[in-house]
Amino acid sequence: MLETGRLARRAAVLPAASVTRGAVVIRPLGAQSRFSLRTRPATAEALGTVAGFTLALPINRMSTAGERTSLRLGPDEWLLIGPEAETDELAEAVSAEFGERVFSLVDVSHRNVGIEITGRNAAHVLNAGCPLDLAEAAFPVGMATRTVLGKAEIVLARTGVDAWRVECWRSFATYVHGFLGEGALDFVAVTG
Amino acid sequence: MLVITCPNCGDRPELEFRCGGEAHIARPQTPAELDDGQWGAFLFTRTNPKGVHAERWIHQHGCGRWFNALRDTVSDRLIATYPMGTPRPDAGAGAAPSSPASPTSQP
Ligand SMILES: [Zn+2]
Repeated sequence: MLETGRLARRAAVLPAASVTRGAVVIRPLGAQSRFSLRTRPATAEALGTVAGFTLALPINRMSTAGERTSLRLGPDEWLLIGPEAETDELAEAVSAEFGERVFSLVDVSHRNVGIEITGRNAAHVLNAGCPLDLAEAAFPVGMATRTVLGKAEIVLARTGVDAWRVECWRSFATYVHGFLGEGALDFVAVTG
Repeated sequence: MLVITCPNCGDRPELEFRCGGEAHIARPQTPAELDDGQWGAFLFTRTNPKGVHAERWIHQHGCGRWFNALRDTVSDRLIATYPMGTPRPDAGAGAAPSSPASPTSQP
């Protein structure tokens, strides 16, 4: 099988520049390493953290320590996000810490694209295509979950009161990026 | 839009869910000993009640886990959700007389 280098396979699917619509800024995030981790809840509880990623979290919550973020998407599923340069090291470190325990770790770095959306009306822009209640009481800072945006599945994380991270599959990225940009048009002040 | 209570995630919009048909249908332990009629009944015969129905649902665009739900097929109201592997809860006094528990229900 043809082996191609990592850099060659990481061609950007979105423009690097951010889009500004009024107070809303939509910014494609750079390459990062990502892993889908599956293990039993009791195993995760016993370990607490692996390789700097916190596993002992309530379902639908996230935790960030330095450049390492873990998002608990379900009772037995975590999305781990770390620096791109440490992909191989992270996989080895997680595997080593699990040892003989049962787990599965899949490198999904290339599957996903991250988009940051910030600004006063960011939640309303997301609600153009996401059916969740995004008020702070229902979706506080630090919450993270899989959901939908329009016709695409996304992972949505609230990183600040007016700051969100959207993760979507690579082939949905242009759609999701375009959808957010369209949704934000509603919040551009009309002049003249 | 219906709001469905996922046992893991709480109240979520129905867009995130898919229904997987009737719940509590146990696969026969020894399929080789069944005749075609019995196997066909396992595969295709469902209670299809008018009233309270126990169903499997998956939180597809959420935690990704299966769970069971009691739904009234007349009103489309979801009465209760409960984890996979747990017995069907009593449908309660609100259940219509025309909706007895499925005779083929198994814990
Ligand atoms: Zn769920």
